[in-house]
Amino acid sequence: MEATKACISIRHVSKQFGKQQVLKKISLEIMEGEIFGLLGPSGAGKTTLVKQLAGLDTPTSGENFLLQEKMPSLKLIEKVGYMAQSDALYGELSAKENLQFFSALYGLKGKKQQQRIEEVMKLVQLSDHLHKLVSNYSGGMKRRLSLAIALLHEPEILILDEPTVGIDPMLRKSIWEAFYELKNKGTTLIVTTHVMDEAEKCDRLGMIRNGSLIAVGTPEELKQKTNSATIEEAFLVYGGA
Amino acid sequence: MRITALIIRILRQIVRDKRTMGLLIFAPILVLTMLHLVFNGNDYTPKIGFVHIPESIVDQIDISDEKITEYKNEKEAKEDLSSQEIDGYVVFHNQSPSIFLEGSDPTVNGAAIKWIQTVLKPLQGNEPSLEPKVDFLHGSAGMGQFDYFGPVLLGFFVFFFVFLIAGVSFLRERTTGTLERLLSTPLRKWEIVTGYVLGFGIFTMIQATIIAAYAIYVLDMLMEGAFLYVLLIILLLSFTALTLGILLSSFANNELQMIQFIPIVVVPQIFFSGLFNLETISEWLRWIGPFTPLYYAADALRDIMVRGYGWDEIYRDVFVLLGFSILFMIVNILALRKYREI
Repeated sequence: MEATKACISIRHVSKQFGKQQVLKKISLEIMEGEIFGLLGPSGAGKTTLVKQLAGLDTPTSGENFLLQEKMPSLKLIEKVGYMAQSDALYGELSAKENLQFFSALYGLKGKKQQQRIEEVMKLVQLSDHLHKLVSNYSGGMKRRLSLAIALLHEPEILILDEPTVGIDPMLRKSIWEAFYELKNKGTTLIVTTHVMDEAEKCDRLGMIRNGSLIAVGTPEELKQKTNSATIEEAFLVYGGA
Repeated sequence: MRITALIIRILRQIVRDKRTMGLLIFAPILVLTMLHLVFNGNDYTPKIGFVHIPESIVDQIDISDEKITEYKNEKEAKEDLSSQEIDGYVVFHNQSPSIFLEGSDPTVNGAAIKWIQTVLKPLQGNEPSLEPKVDFLHGSAGMGQFDYFGPVLLGFFVFFFVFLIAGVSFLRERTTGTLERLLSTPLRKWEIVTGYVLGFGIFTMIQATIIAAYAIYVLDMLMEGAFLYVLLIILLLSFTALTLGILLSSFANNELQMIQFIPIVVVPQIFFSGLFNLETISEWLRWIGPFTPLYYAADALRDIMVRGYGWDEIYRDVFVLLGFSILFMIVNILALRKYREI
């Protein structure tokens, strides 16, 4: 049996901002239906890489392919859900109005729209706060609403930049349960994080440091190969410490 | 569909932000009212000349007043009038007075007519036919200073506030990351710009209608032409303000930097809007006028409101304003390439 298809293929991607090289010749394949974690300290280039996958940036050299098509493409954008590091919500509007706005951008309307709004809000446990103004939301609630918006149009690929920052452990657990549920439905998830214990929950990990991909593998593999007990130690070994 | 969503969102945001909405509507009303009161005040005492003044009148008024000059014949009075020594004079032919005014300054006109009427009033008691006839060297009756520059100010305030608020709201879209989020959806770049133009356009229509109606019907600003033409010009002007605001917002990193564009981009437009006589502006500066949207809008608004002209006289201004908007929109769409290439 052939292994699951590559859903995302990053080929020799480099990115330069002026003189600063942010990404150095990254090549990586992400399989359909897996949760892939991009692990690295802040400033390593994680956000730059996922932005390219979301179509918001282009490589200086190299190419990104999503579902066998070259990014950026408007057709692909519809199949991707992207949640940025900043919450990017309209504070003057209620949660519902924010959801209505973004779902309309994806062409969801009427009953279907309402149904999706209810579903995603239940998933992030915000159903009781649907009519509240976003400016009255706490930081964690905003983060969850932001996630809910990324899920609205049931994307095939979900790109989440630091999705669980500022969310308490209980809720983080339930959010990860939601991720697994999505994965079981066939969604491919890319999650960036700098929290090591969160990295353990991913199917596979890519470690990024100073713009270079230093290791790829399942959390177990990475630990075994480096004889480490934790991902953190493994990261230090690969980082040359 | 996507544009509609964007329009609804923008209108919702404006309605939610009561203070900004208040600023957009009431600030222009407040300033226009103040200008109305300042410039249509009647405190000025006119300098009046009397020619062939009958004895019966001399008895009744204090001719020794320093503002009053007596003339032996009309020619002398006319000379003084031309050199602006006096603001106007009264001539008596067979006991019936007629007034001749210099006329270039509406404030002075009003004051002079009022003064003369007050003085002559006691004479009218038993002779109702003594209503004086009024002639002007320049200008016309009934026109106030406010009427002359009111249309320009109407345009200016709309430009000013729409520029600022559209610019700031697009800037916020950029700094809070919602622009990035919008671009991570299938929303096209032209749809973003169009949505903004229409969203703010609808609001500007309401704003412009209220402000213009207030100026015309409450403050009694001169209005010779069609109200709809006024709205058309104001709307087109607001489109240029909006698209220019959005464009310049990409050169600002925060709200304060957006405000810094006011003295550079907005205020200088006043100088070329016809508030000051364009002929008297230094020649090396005069060429700037035709590059500012307010120049055309003010011209059109004055044509409609003061001169009562119609489409034939304003269509050139309409097309130039449209051209500005379309140009700025295209540049905006190109500028958005910075955030997403497609």
